[in-house]
Amino acid sequence: MLKISQLVKRYGNGAPVLKGLDLEVPGDSVVAIIGASGAGKSTLLRCINRLVEPSSGTIELNGLMLTDLKGAGLRAARRRIGMIFQGFNLVDRLTVMENVQSGRLGYLPTWRAVMRRYPKEDIRRAYELMERVGIAHYANKRADELSGGERQRVGVVRALMQEPEILLADEPTASLDPKTSEQIMELLRALSREFSLPVLINIHNVAEAKLYTDRIVGMRYGRIIFDAAPAALDQAAMDEIYAGVPAEERGEMGNVTPLRAKNA
Amino acid sequence: MVSMDTTPEEWVRYTPRERLQRFVIFLATALAIVWALTSINVIWAWVFDAPQQMGDLFGRMVPPDVSNLPKILWVLVETVNIATIATAIAVFVSLPVAYIAAQNTTPNAFTLWLGRFILVSSRSVNTIIWALLFVAIFGPGIVAGIVAIMFRSIGFIGKLLGEAIEEIDKRPVEALEATGASRFKVIVYAIVPQVMPTFWAVAILRWDINLRESTVLGLVGAGGIGLILQSAIDTFNWQEAATVLLSILVLVVLGEIVSAWMRKRII
Repeated sequence: MLKISQLVKRYGNGAPVLKGLDLEVPGDSVVAIIGASGAGKSTLLRCINRLVEPSSGTIELNGLMLTDLKGAGLRAARRRIGMIFQGFNLVDRLTVMENVQSGRLGYLPTWRAVMRRYPKEDIRRAYELMERVGIAHYANKRADELSGGERQRVGVVRALMQEPEILLADEPTASLDPKTSEQIMELLRALSREFSLPVLINIHNVAEAKLYTDRIVGMRYGRIIFDAAPAALDQAAMDEIYAGVPAEERGEMGNVTPLRAKNA
Repeated sequence: MVSMDTTPEEWVRYTPRERLQRFVIFLATALAIVWALTSINVIWAWVFDAPQQMGDLFGRMVPPDVSNLPKILWVLVETVNIATIATAIAVFVSLPVAYIAAQNTTPNAFTLWLGRFILVSSRSVNTIIWALLFVAIFGPGIVAGIVAIMFRSIGFIGKLLGEAIEEIDKRPVEALEATGASRFKVIVYAIVPQVMPTFWAVAILRWDINLRESTVLGLVGAGGIGLILQSAIDTFNWQEAATVLLSILVLVVLGEIVSAWMRKRII
């Protein structure tokens, strides 16, 4: 259970980006966060693992108060939070296996990390997860030799290697083509079920959000103004969330055909 | 918008004002050169005399005297060793300097300042000046040469490496910080792989430069082939000086070939 209350974030002396935000994510639900650029979606996600320092408010993950932590305690807590990025954020010149194992860095003794002497159970887990997402045969390839979709799978496996209690995905499909992007969304939903993992996804593509998530949170100017099941997201709600953003930029329903429908 | 009643037939690249500006800049540059030429005291007779002197010197150098060749070759090996040892040490020492001199990795403002200070002081002093200093400290010989080259190289390698660190892609760093990795592990996994190509390129380039610099160290008594060259010139033994110059030329060409080959293999 992730519990955010009264979260405020302001950069410098400017107006706050997040304005006293409350959000609870129980169990293994997949939650989409939608909103126009600048609404504070990325900042919200980065406040959770403290890549961005919140100005005030509290964030609690399964009973652990994340906002109180410092130094080693914070690093230990970050191991429990997996993150997936829009630009994949892999180390291009390292192999897929090294990138995947870097998800274990928080657990490994330093000499093992430096010498690349990964424990047997970590290697087995890496192969199992890579097999699961279909990239096991790339283990020895350099990360920059892979296509976008494959690279994002490496990113997903790296996050899962942490044995996380929650997954944060910051626009995980924005750099991918429509087909690959659906596959990654499908994968995130399936993994959420398999590992009983809550997943928080920032997403621009509202059609995909409606298809692949259990709940949609709409943000505007640092506040949550919509929070309901995907079916409840009607035109009026959309207009409010994206007030001022033309409809063509939202990726309306109908542009995307569900994968399952095609396979059936 | 300018109204276009008729199609214009005239177009000029510069306005009159811009043309005047350009002319003034050109004039100022020309004046600076003329002034520089008149300020230095050139003895023109010696300049016009030069071709004849060159012919004379050439005549005294040919044929090169190879009787001392084994010793020359041995000192040449010593020269290579000075360059190699100094480069190897400088590479290691410059790593932490580059780390604290790069804005995105330095721990705090003081270390940044310290790193920059080390780089600037190392780079602002020429190798020969460093050598003069260290000959005074260590006495004449190879140690002074090694330390002199090392001191100059730290600034060179540190600066280029520091710039490479500042230009890395920050996104993998962010990703690894998010996994709960310690600062050191983030450096090893996200920063080191990104600066590795620059590291090798800079180390090889510096070795190449050091090879050439180590040939002149002997002129100030800091070991290497320069020592033999100077004693040959001092005793007007031009035939041996010719042998030394030719062997330096061969060495530098070989160094160029080796470093080009390494660059291709490693990078």
